[in-house]
Amino acid sequence: MPDVSFTSCAQAPVLKERGQREVFCGLTSIIWLHRKMQDAFFLVVGSRTCAHLLQSAAGVMIFAEPRFGTAILEETDLAGLADAHQELDREVDRLLSRRPDIRQLFLVGSCPSEVIKLDLSKAAERLSQKYAPSVRVLNFTGSGIETTFTQGEDECLTAMVPMLNESSDRQLLVVGALPDVVEDQMRSLLDALGIGPVSVLPASSAGNTVSVGPNTYFAMTQPFLGETHSALLRRGAEHIPAPFPFGAEGTTAWLRAIADKFGVSDDKFEGVVSAPRARAQKAIAQASEVLKNKSVFFFPDSQLEIPLARFLTVECGMTALEVGTPFLHRPLVGPDLELMSQGPVISEGQDVDLQLDRALQQRADLTVCGLGLANPLEAAGLTTKWAIELVFTPVHFYEQASDLAGLFSRPLRRRAILRQEAAE
Amino acid sequence: MKLTVWTYEGPPHVGAMRVATGMTGLHYVLHAPQGDTYADLLFTMIERRDHRPPVTFTTFQARDLGSDTANLFKTSCKEAYERFKPQAMIVGSSCTAELIQDDPGGLAENMGLDVPIIPLELPSYQRKENFGADETFFQIVRHLAKPCEKTKQISCNLIGPTALGFRHRDDIEEISGLLSDMGVSINVVAPMGSSPEDIQKLGSAHFNVLMYPETGESAARWMERELGLPFTKSIPIGVGATRDFLNEVSQITGLDAVVDESRLRLPWYSASVDSTYLTGKRVFIFGDGTHAMAAARIARDEMGFEVVGLGCYNREMARPLRGLAKSFGLTALITDDYLEVEKHIAELAPEMILGTQMERHIGKRLGIPCAVISAPVHVQDFPARYSPQMGFEGANVIFDTWVHPLVMGLEEHLLHMFRDDFEFNDAAGPSHHGGHAPSQSRPDNSIEKEPTPIKNGDVIWLLDAEKELKKIPFFVRGKARRNTETYAAQKGVSQISIETLYEAKAHYAQ
Repeated sequence: MPDVSFTSCAQAPVLKERGQREVFCGLTSIIWLHRKMQDAFFLVVGSRTCAHLLQSAAGVMIFAEPRFGTAILEETDLAGLADAHQELDREVDRLLSRRPDIRQLFLVGSCPSEVIKLDLSKAAERLSQKYAPSVRVLNFTGSGIETTFTQGEDECLTAMVPMLNESSDRQLLVVGALPDVVEDQMRSLLDALGIGPVSVLPASSAGNTVSVGPNTYFAMTQPFLGETHSALLRRGAEHIPAPFPFGAEGTTAWLRAIADKFGVSDDKFEGVVSAPRARAQKAIAQASEVLKNKSVFFFPDSQLEIPLARFLTVECGMTALEVGTPFLHRPLVGPDLELMSQGPVISEGQDVDLQLDRALQQRADLTVCGLGLANPLEAAGLTTKWAIELVFTPVHFYEQASDLAGLFSRPLRRRAILRQEAAE
Repeated sequence: MKLTVWTYEGPPHVGAMRVATGMTGLHYVLHAPQGDTYADLLFTMIERRDHRPPVTFTTFQARDLGSDTANLFKTSCKEAYERFKPQAMIVGSSCTAELIQDDPGGLAENMGLDVPIIPLELPSYQRKENFGADETFFQIVRHLAKPCEKTKQISCNLIGPTALGFRHRDDIEEISGLLSDMGVSINVVAPMGSSPEDIQKLGSAHFNVLMYPETGESAARWMERELGLPFTKSIPIGVGATRDFLNEVSQITGLDAVVDESRLRLPWYSASVDSTYLTGKRVFIFGDGTHAMAAARIARDEMGFEVVGLGCYNREMARPLRGLAKSFGLTALITDDYLEVEKHIAELAPEMILGTQMERHIGKRLGIPCAVISAPVHVQDFPARYSPQMGFEGANVIFDTWVHPLVMGLEEHLLHMFRDDFEFNDAAGPSHHGGHAPSQSRPDNSIEKEPTPIKNGDVIWLLDAEKELKKIPFFVRGKARRNTETYAAQKGVSQISIETLYEAKAHYAQ
């Protein structure tokens, strides 16, 4: 029932800022992509800084030998004393002979490789021919001059789209890397609705053939996949726009949009979703007890900010003061914006010093920000949530709804329970 | 081009950030793309700093390239100057900005700002983090420090501690205490805790204490030459080295090297009965040159370990470390390739590793206990408690830290005695490692299961020998198995019997 008095954020003006950005580059996406695609290796062609970033942001040194690494450019590569392509071939050769389990190799461009215009698509083509059919070599950019944080996944999936088989079958393609447990839940929901065949991009292995074509409908599970969205449209697939599947309402709306496309009846839909939806609602109600009527301020980070602000305001009773996002991609986050009532400042891009001034002046009850800002803001008396956890933790769909609310409520609960003053 | 999985050191501009973040009143304008801001989290998360590093990143993007990256730099510089009002600024490039050659130093110097501008040239494709810190601090000192009147009381500067340093915070306190006992006051601690104004009065001290050659040696040498400040060469990590250091200070100052040793416990702890089990433990040592060399001396002379391998990842320290390794009868391992270090450790099969966080992970995989002695740092390396490495309290801390991963002597003895007890069975593991809960059911001894012969390469373990091997306590069983197989291979024996097992034991007896 459209409420005539309701003015959504979709019509709100956007504060566009350009200045120092306190965000990760796209290489950071490798940290979850390499876990999702178990026969893939991500070879960054870059500098010591790239290697150091991956190591520092990941904090995953526990993995014996991760499925990512950095081919570090050296003085000789830059001075033209060594042919960078030959050097790269040699390192790839060494890598693939040590890791015969690798089926997909991604050459990942970085700031330095792009500035020196090292053509990785040419290298990928050459190496693909050399190692076909056992290894497929693709390239994408994760550089900080081109990509912000989660855009690395977008670039990676975009690179995979032209490789997908052509199919004219009516099918659903779900786009976005999800933790296995979440992907399984999603599949069983879609299966119960009688929707199929369903494939997921990225697939967990190269042998898992994903196809696309004019009768393919695709739904996104992540809001940061704008380029992938365009690439799939170019392959003739049709996008099913929907709010993102966070919380009880987000998940229901997402499933509803797909169900409508696949002609699922209302009765059947209710039959499938009513139980998990009720469970999620109950769980959110409990978990969001401390969130109700609290204010939240989002620094730009992963592009998840708008869907998450929708979840926190609409489902958890919070008030958003500012929702910052690195990029505002309306074809993807439009449906979430429409569900949020006007009020918060929607900001795109960043000038971190100005934004910090606003955050410190407004002093929201909860500030969602990157790891570089969190402790300094806590020290200034604010309560923070590290944004990076939101991309590493299973948070999508009904069964994770309370976990998602819990991620935001935990910092508030902690502040409430710590008693560090002397007793009277 | 070189494939790297994990790195021991970051790029040189991270070294410059360690200097800037340790200081006050200094601001760093770094020409860099947006992703490079990840380095902030090293300081705010690992070190739990309550302020952002004083660094402005220009965060240029692809669309700026070739058009106005230089202007972007100047704007950032001006805004940083106005917002933070620093006493001095350092300016430079990260790896990507180095390629676009905007010359931040030249741009900033021509802006007419009324604070000293210190340009940094840090070659990102040749050098690494420690070099970056050392060079940055050297440039700051070279630009700001001037000869000045000496303090009346004998004083010194503590040189080298930085943000994100391995226990630098507590080392400063410990060394200050020792020097104070001797009657030496502290003039300036730098870079950590100092401001550009403090740097100007470095020359008031009578001498320098070079705490960390990795990050302070160039500055110390410059001050020796230009300001006439001698600097100490002994690094006071360990009991003997601390005494050497105090004697060195005594020689420089003429003061008596008499300090309070009543809190020093390492010598007695090493000599006490329980530590007998430490004797001859085979240890592999790897870290930055300074900490690795200090650890080698402590391990051999103060703990009674056998040092079976010694190495460092920073080539700058290769020379002295090679020399020390030679005096231990070892060939030094100088590499920043983590896989090479892992291979080396696997081959040596030491009983303990003294290494970095990287070696701790290697140890986990190989089942070898490890204590951390050096950067690269991890959040665990910033404990809440006072935990220096230097001085006499540092020696106590080192004793505890190194012994902790090992099973304690009395505990080891009891495990041996009760190895057939269901609660102390092999699968139970050392009690302090967790997961030691006894199995739910007692082992049923009535059914004797026939073990299948194990085949290992060309050598076969006969059933009796295999059973006998199982009677050996689990914490030395791996070593016994390895020694026996090596012995069998050497003797050209293809089947291992009980005889072979005990012949091998006799062969390797010490």
